[in-house]
Amino acid sequence: MLTLNSVSLVYTNGKASVNALVDINFQIEQGKSYAIIGPSGCGKTSLIFLMMGLLHPTKGEILFNGKPLLKPHRDTALILQEYGLLPWKTVWENAALGLKLRQVDEKEIKCILERVFEELELTECIDRYPSQLSGGQKQRVALARALSLKPKLLLMDEPLSALDALTRENLQEVILKLIKRYQMTSVLVTHSIEEAVYIGQKIVILSGRPGRICAQIDNPEQGTDGYRKKTSYHEKCSEVRSLLEVYSQ
Amino acid sequence: MNSNMNKTITYFAAALFLFVLWDILALLLRNPALPRPVPALIAFFEIFPQSLWRHFLISTYRVLVSLFIGLAIAVPLGLYLGREPKLDKWVSPQLYLTYPIPKIALLPVIFAIFNIGDLSKIILIVLIIFFQIIVTTRDAAQNIPANSVLSVLSLGATPGEIYRHVIIPACLPEIFTAARISLGTAISILFFTESFATFDGLGYFIFEAWSRVNYPEMFAGIIAISLQGFILFLILDFLQRRFCPWLYT
Ligand SMILES: Nc1ncnc2c1ncn2[C@@H]1O[C@H](COP(=O)(O)OP(=O)(O)OP(=O)(O)O)[C@@H](O)[C@H]1O
Ligand SMILES: [Mg+2]
Repeated sequence: MLTLNSVSLVYTNGKASVNALVDINFQIEQGKSYAIIGPSGCGKTSLIFLMMGLLHPTKGEILFNGKPLLKPHRDTALILQEYGLLPWKTVWENAALGLKLRQVDEKEIKCILERVFEELELTECIDRYPSQLSGGQKQRVALARALSLKPKLLLMDEPLSALDALTRENLQEVILKLIKRYQMTSVLVTHSIEEAVYIGQKIVILSGRPGRICAQIDNPEQGTDGYRKKTSYHEKCSEVRSLLEVYSQ
Repeated sequence: MNSNMNKTITYFAAALFLFVLWDILALLLRNPALPRPVPALIAFFEIFPQSLWRHFLISTYRVLVSLFIGLAIAVPLGLYLGREPKLDKWVSPQLYLTYPIPKIALLPVIFAIFNIGDLSKIILIVLIIFFQIIVTTRDAAQNIPANSVLSVLSLGATPGEIYRHVIIPACLPEIFTAARISLGTAISILFFTESFATFDGLGYFIFEAWSRVNYPEMFAGIIAISLQGFILFLILDFLQRRFCPWLYT
């Protein structure tokens, strides 16, 4: 679906330049769920922005279904690290924005959003502003906005890192359920090993800056019932942990 | 409704307090140039329906037109400069070189070129408030969180849509602040330009009463110009509540 061919990214601010990502080769296959994990500042957000078409590689190329990705693709939706909600729009207006920009008419927007809001238990928050929501609610609004566009590829940048443990686990379930129901391909960036193992069928490990892909681990048992309580889950977590320890130096 | 009541009561109490201070000061100074509030108010209510209202309206018209033109020119430029760092790098030095020039010193030049009518008064005011507005607006546009812009870009927004949904609403509170400051400036400058070679406006009224040593009438004019500022401030407040509802949750 999405192919990254020896992608490198260098930020230049005047004379200073930062090597953010080096020689990333990566293939996103339709229907799979990926988790990208790596130490702080290794370029995870940059990688997600590249996949979204918001940034362009300094070297290498990114192909979406075989065609070069030059701007955000309408089949891809993004959830940002800090939610990316607009403080001046109500919950409803925030969630409706994507559809509105696609010139979907009001009636249909209403129809789509009502379903998504019910699914995410947001119905009572419709008229509030983001400042009046809890972190978990904000995150669900961001999800609602992404889902309303019926994306084929859902990119998430540490969507749950600001939440408390219980809300976090609860939203992990919600995300898993939605990925299945909407049959989306998904890429989740996280710095939590547990989260990566719980959500990723494939776990990608990035090195410290500049980020490189050090390992891609298969996680075949992901998504099975009660995975979080199984020993295989805990074994996978320690496997990822030891790899991270090796590569994050 | 309740908070409106509270606000009215607060304003009333503040006005009462000011009148009491004024009265104490007048009693202490015993100078005819500072009459006590009651005679001044009586003079105001006597003279306002006769002639003062006309000067009041003319000055208000000049202030409003200047403020409107100032905003209409400086806000779009400020927003654009704030979003185009390369252009800003060129324009900023020009702004900082011309900002500190006391433009009021150009008054004779402007009067000589545009004659002593409404036009030259308005041009002078616009020239002065332009800088306050453009600098405030530009700074606001520069400080918009990147996430707000990126999240809307990821929805496929065009540059125009980014302005409409992100940049303009994000800067609106600061634009209102700039308008409030400029309103105060505009009233002061207008007062000055109306003080000579003019036969209408509150500045003219006050100076003319002064030249006749009619202090109660002069104070009626001062009350009128204060009232003008207060009413225009209230209108800006009302507009801000109307257009920035998310600030009042
Ligand atoms: N606009 C920019 N200009 C210059 N350097 C940048 C820019 N954005 C990011 N960087 C640098 O690139 C590196 C990677 O940043 P990025 O935000 O992608 O990391 P991250 O893995 O998402 O970090 P975190 O875990 O803190 O979210 C960092 O060292 C950062 O300082
Ligand atoms: Mg990040």
